[in-house]
Amino acid sequence: MEKKIRVLVGKAGLDGHDRGAKVIASALRDAGFEVIYSGLHQTPEMIVEAALQEDVDVIGLSILSGAHMTLFPKIKKLMEEKGMNDVLLTGGGIIPPDDAKALEEQGTGKLFGPGSESGEIIAYIKDWVAKNRS
Amino acid sequence: MNNGYLDKVIAQKKQWREAKQQKTRDRDAKFVTVSSEPIKDLYTPDDSQDVDFFEDIGFPGEFPYTRGIHHNMYRGRLWTMRQFAGFGMAKDTNERFKYLLKHGQDGLSVAFDLPTLMGVDSDDPKSEGEVGTCGVAIDSLADMEVLFEGIPLDKISTSMTINSPAAILLAFYICVAEKQGVPQEKLRGTLQNDILKEYTAQKEFIFPPEPSMRIIVDSVEYCTKHVPMWNTISISGYHIREAGSTAVQELAFTLADGFAYVEACIERGLDIDEFAPRFSHFFNSHIDFFEEIAKFRAARRIYAKRMRYKYGAKNEKSWKLRFHTQTAGCSLTGQQPENNIIRTAFEAMAGVLGGTQSLHTNSLDETWALPSEYAAKIALRTQQIIAYETGVVNTIDPFAGSYFMESLTNKMEQEAEEYFERIDALGGVIPAIEKGFFQRDIAKAARKYQDEIEAKDRLIVGVNSHKEKDEKLDIPILRIDEKVTKEQIDSLNKMKTGRNQVSVDESLNQLREAARDGSNLMPRFIECAKAYATIGEMIDVLKVEFGVYKEPIIF
Repeated sequence: MEKKIRVLVGKAGLDGHDRGAKVIASALRDAGFEVIYSGLHQTPEMIVEAALQEDVDVIGLSILSGAHMTLFPKIKKLMEEKGMNDVLLTGGGIIPPDDAKALEEQGTGKLFGPGSESGEIIAYIKDWVAKNRS
Repeated sequence: MNNGYLDKVIAQKKQWREAKQQKTRDRDAKFVTVSSEPIKDLYTPDDSQDVDFFEDIGFPGEFPYTRGIHHNMYRGRLWTMRQFAGFGMAKDTNERFKYLLKHGQDGLSVAFDLPTLMGVDSDDPKSEGEVGTCGVAIDSLADMEVLFEGIPLDKISTSMTINSPAAILLAFYICVAEKQGVPQEKLRGTLQNDILKEYTAQKEFIFPPEPSMRIIVDSVEYCTKHVPMWNTISISGYHIREAGSTAVQELAFTLADGFAYVEACIERGLDIDEFAPRFSHFFNSHIDFFEEIAKFRAARRIYAKRMRYKYGAKNEKSWKLRFHTQTAGCSLTGQQPENNIIRTAFEAMAGVLGGTQSLHTNSLDETWALPSEYAAKIALRTQQIIAYETGVVNTIDPFAGSYFMESLTNKMEQEAEEYFERIDALGGVIPAIEKGFFQRDIAKAARKYQDEIEAKDRLIVGVNSHKEKDEKLDIPILRIDEKVTKEQIDSLNKMKTGRNQVSVDESLNQLREAARDGSNLMPRFIECAKAYATIGEMIDVLKVEFGVYKEPIIF
């Protein structure tokens, strides 16, 4: 049997908007992923620690609070410090296109804005894992 | 209505439907509301035959208030145009407030940033990246003084969207007023102060439900005695809907939360007819026009009946469900954002036709950022066009008597009643929260909605239909200056060096004592505020006493 892709769906910072995170978490689960949901109000350290513990292939962050320019880079940096260079950091939320572009240039994976379909996200993750995780 | 008449209607409708099926074919589409409620092709007198004009509809300003809570509705006074605003430091938001007042807004509505909502100070590591980003940063009374500088608090009403630390922000407001020479008896405004929907929807909780309820009842008790014109709780369905609920769930869960506050205040020994007239509600107005209007009408009727017959309220003011409406942020799209102006206008119109007392219209850019000044002005203008140009304000509750509207209103009332029974069977609102009942139903509805969009059973213009190729975002985006965090922390540090540490410690000690001995916390919050203790300092004291809440994980 093919190994299931393991994803940590994370809510970092003080943001409580969890509609998107939960919809994506359940859609990924139905698509055959192993999904771990971090719960709310997690610090970047807690997110990265949980990702390490759970040995995930992907961290997907949902940020609707406007703190994305702080939280994505911080989590990326912590991942690098822990040697998690083969783990994908992706996500979505209220992120203007210019910010998404800047974050992607800094090494974050693709970010999904309002109106994204779960099918696109599933395809993106499967493709990334096939190319980058062996 | 005599049965012969209805029989004739039913017989002729059958013939009509046969003819319709012979001559025409409906499009291949699902005729359901945004909440997936099926809607018939035609409504006739038999659909609303259970509706008794006197019992169920009646007259505006009279029980059960289906048609509105005032005798004259908008022929007397228009709704309050109240745009929610807040970003950056207090001085930035103070400028926006003055801008909105200058352009004809009637009341203020403060959006606080997440650290303020969560009771942590701007210099706390948890606040990193969040200071002033989705609301204004308030750490202490000093910030609140800047926020309302030059705005006379005896002339304006202020709504504050704040929940876990609501009583603390109210204490700040009372202190600012006192400095302006305005006694607390004269203050008008609304505190959201609705913790129950935090556990089910907005998720900005701090303490477990029981001590949270105690703080709320403390603030209600205090205001009933000392700030009599203040709306103590704004029982909110808005966030429940934004979290993905259906219209009926929003209606039922919100009203259930409200009744839980009523019961908690009665249990404290407060007189329902003293506190209930200051309860208000806050609903979402989503894109499904008729369903929303029916929801507002059903809400008033259910509330009036329960307050009168179940809780025994005798004061008419206790029976009246007053509400604020905000158009649905979750209905807006990032794609072709100008289309959001149209969505918001329809939603706002539904709020007005549903008899709202105040209204916030969302800005076209809200799926990308906080509103720019440009977008905020269009949103306000939308309300002004409805009020002054469309003529909908001329007559009261114009949809009353519509076979469709009355049947839909009835159906929503019945479905809400079924939810109340299920909540009662679980032991009430708090046990139902602990069992994850609301959270599970809301998450299911949110997932279903998304699935319908992805299956194209539900079309959203610009998202899964009528898309534009290579669309570029071409609207101004409000950016919060990165300097805000540093400036806010500097200002907090400066404030701390200038205050009397002995008074701070003393007031915090008294707060701790009151938390332990069960006496009302409001006077203690006011003393802490006057000593310039920060929100974080007060909340930290209470976290030790009350503990912190961890939610069940459900998805």
